[in-house]
Amino acid sequence: MTLLLNQIGRIAWRSVIRTARQPAAVIPPLTFPLMLMAVNSNGLRAATHLPGFPTKSFLDFFLPFSFIQGALFAATTAGTDLARDVDTGFLNRLALTPMRGAALLLGELGGAVALGALQAFVYLGVGLAFGVHFVTGIGGMATLLLLAILIALGWAAIGVLLALRAGSGEKVQSQFPLLFFLVFISSMNLPRNLIEVSWFRDLATINPVSYLIEGLRTLIIEGWNAQALALGFGVAILMVLGALGGASIALRQRMERT
Amino acid sequence: MSAAAAEHDRAECRGDDATHWPRVPVGLVTTLGVMAGGDNSIEVEGLVREFKKGPRAVDGIDLRVEPGEIYGFLGPNGAGKSTTVLMLTTLLPPTAGTARVAGFDVVKEGPSVRRTIGAALQEAALDPMLTGREHLRLQAALQGIARDERRAREQELLARVGLSEAADRKVKGYSGGMKRRLDLALALVHRPRVLFLDEPTTGLDPQSRSALWEEVGRLARDEGVTVFLTTQYLEEADVLADRVGIIHRGRIVAEGTPSALKADVGRSTVEAIPAEEDERARVAEILLRFGDPTQASPKGVAVQLANSNGSLADVVRALDEAKLAIANIQLHAPTLDDVFLAKTGTSLEGAAEDDEQDSDAE
Repeated sequence: MTLLLNQIGRIAWRSVIRTARQPAAVIPPLTFPLMLMAVNSNGLRAATHLPGFPTKSFLDFFLPFSFIQGALFAATTAGTDLARDVDTGFLNRLALTPMRGAALLLGELGGAVALGALQAFVYLGVGLAFGVHFVTGIGGMATLLLLAILIALGWAAIGVLLALRAGSGEKVQSQFPLLFFLVFISSMNLPRNLIEVSWFRDLATINPVSYLIEGLRTLIIEGWNAQALALGFGVAILMVLGALGGASIALRQRMERT
Repeated sequence: MSAAAAEHDRAECRGDDATHWPRVPVGLVTTLGVMAGGDNSIEVEGLVREFKKGPRAVDGIDLRVEPGEIYGFLGPNGAGKSTTVLMLTTLLPPTAGTARVAGFDVVKEGPSVRRTIGAALQEAALDPMLTGREHLRLQAALQGIARDERRAREQELLARVGLSEAADRKVKGYSGGMKRRLDLALALVHRPRVLFLDEPTTGLDPQSRSALWEEVGRLARDEGVTVFLTTQYLEEADVLADRVGIIHRGRIVAEGTPSALKADVGRSTVEAIPAEEDERARVAEILLRFGDPTQASPKGVAVQLANSNGSLADVVRALDEAKLAIANIQLHAPTLDDVFLAKTGTSLEGAAEDDEQDSDAE
């Protein structure tokens, strides 16, 4: 067990170091969500006048989306880097050591989650600095961070799965826009009950990303909404388990050794 | 390269003091040395690897590499060299046949094989964002080397491959030669008994190539490491390997020491170009005493020597006694390319082109 933990720690350390040394992999995930938050919270402020809009502050409403977007960026980096390892033969180097497959998976995810967590603290800090108010207080902030980290883990697991299946950084990058599309057809900009276009509302309703956003959002603007939280955590856990299962199978095929 | 030059280089790689890379202090050799005891051999019988939509990449090869031997696996691109290495290093299961590395079956005892081998596979698989030292730390940790041993090992290996000064630079700034040296150091972290090197000098400049040869020779000579080396360079196999296996289209077509293989395919030829063109007939008359006529350049005369050992001196002496002025005289000893040509009907370079075309066609 100690050996496995040591191996996980080493792989996670490498993942963090590698990402931290690529400014292009660190700066956009930190700045883009904040920029989008700044633009949307001003540009879409009028939406708060809609009858039934749940808050007077669009910043409060929109902040959760930053966590989703940032985690997706971190997952793209993790997936692309792992795919590059497959492509360059680095994975074969690791396969020749006594390292267990679980250590690779958990280590890569650990690195992505560490960066996701760092981003989450930054988004939260910036949000609070610009006046975001948590109706659930400190406990709500802690719960939000927990859910945000779980979401980061889920996206990272999807990134790892794509990397192991594709085996090339370019292929992984070409698949991530599809995930971004999924994010944009969610309830990121409006509550689902206020979306008037029926096909969009239907898509947002069947889109699991909506429930991730709403789970985070409820902690800021609504309170301890058990249903929203259960759906948010439930979707995140299912995402983690599903992607991890797929990634384990893909890793066994990719890291074929006797 | 002449046979004498090849022998000289081989002697340098295997025996003389290496000067290109820093030498390891004598006291460190024991700490870097291979695990005592154990069988360092490689035994392969009827090894086959088929891919779904392709031909047999490896088509029933048999070979044995003795402990402490450097075995050169020579062949063109696409011949099956790397597929063989992947099977022997447990990264690819064979379709048929058996292979034992260091006494362990590569299919049934994969983890034991991996504990005893080191491998530098084709293309140095390094992370450009990590430093050389960080690579060694990661590798040592994953190999389960005790924390208090790691730092010493890291310093020793960096010194051995001449990367101490560059140890804290990111690998993306390393030259091809430095990457290969780091790759070798990584393969040696856990003191392997058997070392697999897949085309270790491809793309390297002559100086880096020579330095790597010296280190590989030293590993076998001083530490008893068995080395299985694939190459498409004739010179590399000739200079470095104790024995050579020539692989063509998945099959071993010849095997033996470089000198035995070359002796097997034919005798040396001597070609002389007279200083005065009208002396050509007299030169031919003298050369014919030493062997049979063979194809020569337009101004020259060539014979295939009846006895390939030491006859060049006799030829020179005879020409001198006849007071014939010679503009140029050359001894052409058989090369491994001649061996390849004799065994496959094509030269190594031509075979590489054929195989690449086959791959394109598939």
